[in-house]
Amino acid sequence: MATKDAPPRWDRKMQQRLARGEAAALGELYDRFASLVHALAHRVLGDERAADGITREVFAHVWEHPDTYDPKQGPLRSWVAALTARLAVQRLRATETAALAQGGQGSTEELERKVRRASVAARADYIVTSMPAPLRAALELAYFQRRDYRQTAVDLGVTEDEARRRLRLGLQLLSTAHDTGAPPEPAGPGGAV
Amino acid sequence: MSDANDEHDEYDEHDEHEAYDRGSSGESEGGGSVPPRIPMPRASVEDSGRPLPELDEAASRPAPLVLEHPVLKALLGAWALAACSAAETAAVEEHLGECGSCADEALRLRGAVGLLHPVEPLDLDPGLRTRVLTGSFGRRPPRIPVPGWATPYDAETARLDALLQDIGDAEWHAPVRLRWFDGRAPTSRRTTVAGVIAHLLTVDGLVATALGLDDPLTGETADKAANPAARTEAYWRASYFPPTRSIRAPWREQSHTIVRTVSFTGTTTGKRAVSYGDFELPLHDAMLDRAFECWVHAEDIADAVDYPYEPPAPRSLNRMIDLAARMLPAVLAERRRHGLAAPAEGRHLVPAGDPGRSLRLEIEGHGGGEWLIPLDSPGAVGSAEHEVAHIALDGVEFCHLAAGHVSPEDAAAGQLGDREAIRDVLFATASLSRM
Repeated sequence: MATKDAPPRWDRKMQQRLARGEAAALGELYDRFASLVHALAHRVLGDERAADGITREVFAHVWEHPDTYDPKQGPLRSWVAALTARLAVQRLRATETAALAQGGQGSTEELERKVRRASVAARADYIVTSMPAPLRAALELAYFQRRDYRQTAVDLGVTEDEARRRLRLGLQLLSTAHDTGAPPEPAGPGGAV
Repeated sequence: MSDANDEHDEYDEHDEHEAYDRGSSGESEGGGSVPPRIPMPRASVEDSGRPLPELDEAASRPAPLVLEHPVLKALLGAWALAACSAAETAAVEEHLGECGSCADEALRLRGAVGLLHPVEPLDLDPGLRTRVLTGSFGRRPPRIPVPGWATPYDAETARLDALLQDIGDAEWHAPVRLRWFDGRAPTSRRTTVAGVIAHLLTVDGLVATALGLDDPLTGETADKAANPAARTEAYWRASYFPPTRSIRAPWREQSHTIVRTVSFTGTTTGKRAVSYGDFELPLHDAMLDRAFECWVHAEDIADAVDYPYEPPAPRSLNRMIDLAARMLPAVLAERRRHGLAAPAEGRHLVPAGDPGRSLRLEIEGHGGGEWLIPLDSPGAVGSAEHEVAHIALDGVEFCHLAAGHVSPEDAAAGQLGDREAIRDVLFATASLSRM
């Protein structure tokens, strides 16, 4: 995605415009991040309408509290993704807990496992969309197109060494999705998922 | 990322010695106690005096690969993705039984493969943007709102951009036929999806320049080309290569900038005129016109790449229809001057501001309504008492007629009253269209 390489200047200006109460700024923010936000929420909740609801919440939150984003802590994109994951996981936990309380099947442990799986999946999706494009392209060829690493090297016009390196590095990055137990806190220093 | 690498490099350094030792097959040529930094040439099994494998066994199995630790480690990503040769896979798996650090990493990378999902292209509900914005503004009213007459343009450009995001490189070159009604007959011009965006970019440029923003047409080309068609042709001609998907970014940036600029200057500039070369529109009407064009061409593009595309939200549609209805009297007068509409002969030309002979335009469906179109003079006021004809048609059908995509003879309209008046209004509606 071309948008992810936007300079931090864009992030700072966007925050200033939102803080100033400029309606057009929220429209632009939506145009840039809505598909990311919606896809992450959908990965966690597995439901179109619930994902719509999270999308509304995320943008309303940013609009109401633009100053909770600190450009020094990292890109706006990461912050928005972390906020989305947090709100979506909260929603999942709330709906699952309510279902359990109403005599639904399953146990608290199962609920926790489900919530954890969902937040790992959301982090993984975000890592894939935000990793350097050459790594993503290599994974795309090897996994989705079923190309071996030699064919991947040819397709990408790189050496076989480089193809192997990209596949390994891409998976190493992706594996960090498992690392944090708790859903990421958008405001915290480790806010970037 | 770099941390992870450093860590692995450390492992590699440590493990290399071990690997090289094994590589040198324990031969004693190495001499001293320091392991050699460079592996010794590996002895061939034929020269070692050891028994050779049975022939049939050798043929049925690939010769076991002997690879060193750093090579095997570098293969772990490809191995986890099942993207190595069979021999490499066997070598890696054998190594995993002996090397703890590789086994750990292998487990981790296999786990990561399980996190890869095909990206399902989820079509966002096109109405979601408006709901998100409205909901947010309900919680905190904007200090600098987007003027109501600019919101259809904001919404339509966003919808088209979402469509463009989904289409592939090749689809940008899909042929598109721009169609309009030149006053007498349907006409058309061939271009591509990217060519349509270039068209929108250059004509939106009329609004941009009226606002004091940069003109996407540069230099002499801009001076000579005043009307939408001439500007578009000039832009197409000026670029050596046919437009590609790279046209999307400047088009989108310009449309965002226009919305932003009218938000700041809206109340004072709403009446400022935007010149279309042959005629002018006040800025707020020009913005509605551009919203309408954006939708019409988004439909052209969606047809060309076989995507579904919905009509605008009812409120936007209503404003677009209202603009067309307000423009009709002047177009009727213009057509009459050119002998294309029935003369107002024998009828009283009423003084400006007085009620005149009128046609009732009834638009059905979401965004519809009723308009009284004065027939004999742009200065007259539509009047129910002087109603001579009544037509009823669907809002989207009316817009397709106004876009020149439906011919006046074919428009599905319920008709009642003066047939000549009806014909004139339908033809005048089609004549609102242009390239």
